[in-house]
Amino acid sequence: MRHSIRVLPGIAAAGTITALVLAGCASGGGGGTGSGGGAGDSGGLTPVTLQLQWVAQAQFAGYYAALDQGYYEEEGLDVTINESGTDTVPIDEIAAGAADYAISWVPKVLGSIEQGTNVTNVAQIFERSATTQISFKDAGIEGPEDLAGHTVGSWGFGNEWELFAGMQQAGVGLDDITLVQQQFDMNAFLAGDIDAAQAMTYNEYAQVLETVNPATGELYQPEDLNVIDWNEVGTAMLQDAIWADAERLADDEEYAETTVAFIKASIKGWIYARDNPEEAAEIVTAAGSTLGTSHQLWMTNEVNKLIWPSASGGIGMIDEEAWNRTVEIAKGTENETGATIITADPPETAYTNEYVEQALADLEDEGADIVGQSFTPIEVVLNEGGN
Amino acid sequence: MPSLDGLVSAAGLVGSRLRTRTPSAFRWRRATLGALGLLLLAVVWELYKALGPEDGVVVGGLTVLPRTTDLAMPHVWDVLARLGQPVNSTQDTLVWQAVLGAAVFSLGVAGVGWLVGVVVGLALALLMQRFRTAESAVLPWVILSQTVPLIAIAPLVRRWGSQIEIGAFQWENWMSVAVIASYLAFFPVAVGALRGLGSPDAIHTDLFRSYAVGWWTTLWRLRLPASVPYLLPALRLAAANAVIGAVVAEVSIGLRGGIGRMIIEYAQSGSGDPAKTWAPILGAVLLGLLAAGVVALLGLLLGRFRRGEVSA
Repeated sequence: MRHSIRVLPGIAAAGTITALVLAGCASGGGGGTGSGGGAGDSGGLTPVTLQLQWVAQAQFAGYYAALDQGYYEEEGLDVTINESGTDTVPIDEIAAGAADYAISWVPKVLGSIEQGTNVTNVAQIFERSATTQISFKDAGIEGPEDLAGHTVGSWGFGNEWELFAGMQQAGVGLDDITLVQQQFDMNAFLAGDIDAAQAMTYNEYAQVLETVNPATGELYQPEDLNVIDWNEVGTAMLQDAIWADAERLADDEEYAETTVAFIKASIKGWIYARDNPEEAAEIVTAAGSTLGTSHQLWMTNEVNKLIWPSASGGIGMIDEEAWNRTVEIAKGTENETGATIITADPPETAYTNEYVEQALADLEDEGADIVGQSFTPIEVVLNEGGN
Repeated sequence: MPSLDGLVSAAGLVGSRLRTRTPSAFRWRRATLGALGLLLLAVVWELYKALGPEDGVVVGGLTVLPRTTDLAMPHVWDVLARLGQPVNSTQDTLVWQAVLGAAVFSLGVAGVGWLVGVVVGLALALLMQRFRTAESAVLPWVILSQTVPLIAIAPLVRRWGSQIEIGAFQWENWMSVAVIASYLAFFPVAVGALRGLGSPDAIHTDLFRSYAVGWWTTLWRLRLPASVPYLLPALRLAAANAVIGAVVAEVSIGLRGGIGRMIIEYAQSGSGDPAKTWAPILGAVLLGLLAAGVVALLGLLLGRFRRGEVSA
């Protein structure tokens, strides 16, 4: 039996190695996504976690600018920005207590609210929709009514509703088109597998314009494309908004105050991005985005166009008409399985202007321009590959 | 009482000493063949690109072979040249450096996952081998665990992890990825080790029992050595699973720094800069090769016990 003793040191050694490896990696792992400093030593600041709906890119320039410029700190907040993966549902992070605020599209959240998630839209940052359906001129698709008989791309997962609503309005059924699941890149569109592809003005549209047209040897030009803009068709839905935990808003006074401070600092970040698009793009790249330089600047500029000038009375204000339209489309548009996003009106807690109004009043007192009436977008020259 | 070593030799458990050493010429030939294989792949790629139809091979409306355009299949040399250029115009980092860094990061996370998976898998196998009841109770769950889709557990693991805070220790996102990697890695180890531990012939276990040798000694002297031929393929499978698990979990929960995240990030420039998209894929291949290499090294250390491998 003397040999049996030897096993134990072996197991102990294995255990120690595992522990050492874990400990060693704990200090070396550069996996932290937030650049807002450790939550442990916040020096009297309120720790706040913001959950984005995708990885760092200029779509979220305002939040990164607010962090970089110290606006959050000025408001007494220690903000950590969490990026999303393909399977992260930002709203679920709030519900699970892993985030205090989240950025998400309104239609996606309406479904979650109907399923019982108790969250509130406290600031509608993007007033306009950035979703379009683009096609090459020779396909002759100028409006949703022309989509019939064509191959139409969509990313699905809640990105398809404006398209379906636009088609429904134009009397084009889902049977009249061939719906294709679209990838992250625009290769299927460029290869001709998709006639009309979904494209965000700030991302995929630019991807096409960064690609060399084999016919001319130069980059594709806006003149080569037809763009169906859902804002013009009238089926645009509200996109990036700041969502908060509805229960905590009602019960937790401190959280309600933090919400006002968070919205205020975030809006200051967006004002910074409006007035300094080049710097804002650089801040996002420094925060870890690997997008090409001209692509990042293009995205900053296009996102600014979605916000400024504000027609709702100030950035972040939720326009009742736009909200109601979004809800109507969410209730009345059927997807390929015959389902709608929601079946009944959302509860009253689904949105409120209470906090954003306070934030805007504070900002106006400080002399900030919250409407951006004189906003003019810059001219961005896209380079091949977005570089 | 006869010496245990004698007993073990009698049971024929020590690796055959007749095993001939691999001549170095043979090893060189293998390395050359491996390199040739890579070259051949590049040649086939370019040949198909040059000779294949522009629109790919379509059978009955289904594309069975890809298009040969630069967009779908960039030239091998374009991909290699892209590796030597900066990631984008504001960064000095070259693509190959970024890819290598990401591969090392992912390898580290997958390595931790693999280690945890192997420890857990071995522990489960020992438990199941020791207690028959445990086998009946645990094995179905072990198998069932692998039917849960990764995309379902990844966000859960991350969320649970983010709420763990013990003293100065704070759960980080990369640990969630490692946990998911270990979740895929432990399965082949548990199943392989269980089979391996049960593989000694009845005549050998009976011999040990007739000499009143305890369970631990039987394990150390008989079962563990006998399990090596089953364990090594299981470890290799576990390494592959850990790498896949780590890469997929990175994509799933959005962990920054690794190959998985790099694949989706570079895919965004997939249309304008097709050669760039292939860089992290090469990184993933490198990652798999490295992981397999580490396990092969382990196999060399355990060479004494390898008497023909049996796949798990």
